[in-house]
Amino acid sequence: MTVLHIDHLSKRFGKFQALKDVTFTIKKGEIFGFIGPNGAGKSTTIRTLLGILKPSSGSASIFGMDVWKESVAIHEKIAYVPGDANLWPNLTGGEVIDLFLKLRGSHRPEKKQELIDRFQLDPSKKCRTYSKGNRQKVALVAAFASDAELFILDEPTSGLDPLMERVFQEYVLEAKAQGKSVLLSSHILSEVERLCDRVAIIRQGEIIESGSLEEMRHLTRTNLVIETKEPLNGISNMSGVHTVKETEKGTALQVDAEALDEVIKKVSTLGIIRLESTPPTLEDLFMRHYEGTGSDQT
Amino acid sequence: MSLKPFYQTGSLIKFYLRTDISKILIWTFSITALTMLTAWAFEDLYPSEAERLAIAETMKNPAMTAMVGPGYGIENYTTGAMMAHQMLLFTAILAAVMTILMTAKHTRGDEEDGMAEMISSLPAGRLAPLTSVLAVVGLSQLLLAVSIGTALSGLNIESMPPGASFLYGAAIGGTGLFFAGVTAVFAQLSESSRGTSGFAFLILGLSYLVRAIGDVSMETLSWLSPLGWALKTEVFVSNLVSPLVLLTAGSSALTLTAFGLMLKRDLGSGMLPSKPGRSNASPLLLSPFGLALRLLRTSVIVWAVALMAIGASYGSVLGDLESFFSSNEMLSNMVNATGGLSLTEQFISMLMAIMSMMAAVPALMFFYKLKSEENKSRMENIYARAVSRQNVFLSYLAAAVLFGSLMMVIATVSLWGASVPVMEEPLAFAVVLKSGLVYLPAIWVMIGIGAVFTGIKPGLTGLAWGYLIYSFLVVYLGRLLQLPDWPGQLSPFGHVPKIPGEEISWLSLMMLTMISLALTIVGLKGYQQRDLKG
Repeated sequence: MTVLHIDHLSKRFGKFQALKDVTFTIKKGEIFGFIGPNGAGKSTTIRTLLGILKPSSGSASIFGMDVWKESVAIHEKIAYVPGDANLWPNLTGGEVIDLFLKLRGSHRPEKKQELIDRFQLDPSKKCRTYSKGNRQKVALVAAFASDAELFILDEPTSGLDPLMERVFQEYVLEAKAQGKSVLLSSHILSEVERLCDRVAIIRQGEIIESGSLEEMRHLTRTNLVIETKEPLNGISNMSGVHTVKETEKGTALQVDAEALDEVIKKVSTLGIIRLESTPPTLEDLFMRHYEGTGSDQT
Repeated sequence: MSLKPFYQTGSLIKFYLRTDISKILIWTFSITALTMLTAWAFEDLYPSEAERLAIAETMKNPAMTAMVGPGYGIENYTTGAMMAHQMLLFTAILAAVMTILMTAKHTRGDEEDGMAEMISSLPAGRLAPLTSVLAVVGLSQLLLAVSIGTALSGLNIESMPPGASFLYGAAIGGTGLFFAGVTAVFAQLSESSRGTSGFAFLILGLSYLVRAIGDVSMETLSWLSPLGWALKTEVFVSNLVSPLVLLTAGSSALTLTAFGLMLKRDLGSGMLPSKPGRSNASPLLLSPFGLALRLLRTSVIVWAVALMAIGASYGSVLGDLESFFSSNEMLSNMVNATGGLSLTEQFISMLMAIMSMMAAVPALMFFYKLKSEENKSRMENIYARAVSRQNVFLSYLAAAVLFGSLMMVIATVSLWGASVPVMEEPLAFAVVLKSGLVYLPAIWVMIGIGAVFTGIKPGLTGLAWGYLIYSFLVVYLGRLLQLPDWPGQLSPFGHVPKIPGEEISWLSLMMLTMISLALTIVGLKGYQQRDLKG
C-alpha cells in the first residue's frame, strides 16, 4: 500500500530550479532514506510535502490526499522533525511538546513521559537555554509521542550525541515494527544504511538513483582485496576496474558488477593466496555519484 | 596590554559600517529632509511677523507645551523659534528611535542570534563589539547632526544662522547618542533583544512624560529628562551649549556602565537569572490563538502601560488649558464663536487622532508577529501539524484588532480619568469615549494594509509603517502647517469624524470598516496561496 507518492514534482524559486521531476514512492511499513548533500533539494522536497511550499508543477500525495490542498487532514496523521528546530525562546521544552502534540491532534501521554526520560530532556527549561541537541530532542519527543502513521524526519539527529542517536534509531525501528512508515532524510549514511529499506539519492534537485540498497549495490562496484602468487600485472588496464591500490594485505581495487566475471577469471590464473570481497557501502554509492561533480550549489 | 579588551575595534567598526551604511543613510536623509521641508514650509506659510505672532497665540497653552515642549522665544516667534518649539522634540525622538533600534540589533540582537559568539571566538577584545557598535551609532548621530546643520544653514533663513543650525542638529544627534547609551546598558541587563529595545523605549516614553509634566507644572522636573535637555538648548533663541554637555556626559556614563556590566557577565546571559519554568503547558497555550497571546503578552502589557501614561499626560493638562482659555479674552471670544463648544472639547479630537496613530503602532506590530515568526522559521512548527493557514492568520488578526482597539480604549479612558480632577467642569465620559472610539476603524484599516502586505508581498511590509508615518505627518503636522485637505484624505485617519466638533458620520465609519475587512480578506487569500519561508 502506498503511503506517499511524489509524481514529477518540480519547484522553482524565480529562475532557480530547486526541484526537477522528483518522483518516488513510500510504501506502508517502510523506512525510506533520502540522501544528498546540502542544498541538493532534500528540505525543499520535505517542505513541499508539508504544504509549506507550493509545487510549481507535478504533484505529491500522502495517504492519497494532495499535499497542498489537503495539508491539514494529512498532518493529523504525520509527525515531522526538522533538522534545525527553531523553538520559542520564552517557552519551556515541556510547553512546546504539549503545544505540538495538541496542534497535531491525538497522542499517547504515557509515551511522552517515557520519551522524555529516554532522551534525558529537562522539560522545565526555557528553550533559549537548550543546546542544539536538546532542541532536537524536544522535536523528537513530540514526534514519537504522537500516534502518527508517517514520520517525516529531516536530518533529525543533527546535534545528538551517539547515545541519543542510538535511542533515536530504536524508536524508528519500533515505529516500523508497528507498521508505520518513515521518510528519513540524513547526512549520516551509516544511519541510513542501518535503518532504511529503500533509498533515493538527490543531486541538484533531481533524483539520480533510487531503489533498495541491494538493487543499488548490484548496479555498482564491489570492493576486492587480492593477493596472488604471481604479480597482478595489467589488472589496472582491464575495463571495469577502478582505483587500484597496493596495500599491506594485497591489491585493493573496485570492480564494476558486469566486469566481475572477467576479473575473477584473470585473477584465478595467477594463483590466489587471498581474496576478500566487500559489498559497496552506501558511502561508496554516494561518493560515486558525486565524484568529479564537486559539491552542489545551493 | 590595557588596550586588549578593545583589540580589533577598528576592523569591527568597518564591518558594522558596511552592514548598516544604507540604513544610516536612509534615516539621516529622511530626518534631514523632514527638517528642511518643515523649516521651508514655516518660512513660506508665515512670512510676516504678525502671522507668526498669531500662530504663537494658539500655541501658548499648556496642552501644546505638554506635547511639543515649552515655547522659548514665543514672544518673538521667528521661524527659528518655531522650529525649535514645534519640531525639535519630535525630531529628537526620531533620532532616539533610530539609535535604540540600531544599538539593540547589534548588541543583544547579535548575541541572541549567535553572531556575537562567532566574533568573540575570533581574536577580538571582549569590549570590541560593543565599542564598535556604539562608535558606529555615534558616527551616525554625528552625520545626522552635521547633515541637519548643513541643510538648515543652506536655507538661508535669517532667524536660523549656521552656528545655531548646527546646535539644532547637535541637540538631535546628542539625544540619539544618549539613547544609544541607554540601550547599551539594557542590552547587558535584559536577556533578549526585544527586552532590550522594549526597556529603552520605556525610558524614552518616561522621558517624554517627565518632560511633559515638568514643562507644564514644574520646570525642575524637565531637567531630569534627557528629552528636556535637548529643548533646554533654547536653540535659535538663546543658543545654550551647556545642555549638550549633559547629553554627552550622560551618554558617556551610560557607555562606561555598559562596559562594566559587559565585563562582569557571560556572553549570552543577562543580569536577571531565569527561573525554571513549567514542565507542562497550561491549556490556555494549546491553540494558535493561545500561542499568539503568549508570544505577545509582554509587549501588550508594555504598550498598555505606555498608552495609559500618554492618555493620562494629555488628560492632566486639560484643566490648565481651560483656565488658560478663560484668562484669555481673545480666545474666549473664539470659543463662543464656534457654537457653544469649548476649545478644550475641540482640542480633544486632535489629541484622539494622535493617540489613535500611537495605538496603531502596537496594533500593526501585533499583527506583524505573524510575519516575524515566519522569518524566524518557527511557523514550520505550526504548519507541520494539523493547523490551517486561515486559523493562524485569523489568530494574529484577532489579537491585533482586539489589543489594538484595547490600546485606544485605554488611552481614551485614561485621558478622561486624568482630566476629571483637574477640570472645573469635567468632560462627559460618553463624549470623550465616543470621540476616541470613532478612530478604531482607522486603526483597523492600518491592520488591513499590514494584512495585504503580509499575504501578498511580505518583503514590503515596511511600507505600512511608511503609510502610518505619512498619516501622522499629514494629520498632525497638516494642522500645524495648514496643508490643504487632500493629503489628509489619503489617510484613513483623515476620514474620521471629529467628535465632539462634528456630527458623527456613520457612513465614513462604515466605509472604513468595510475597507479594513476587504483588505483583510485579500491578505488572507494571498497568505493561503503563497510559499512560506519557514
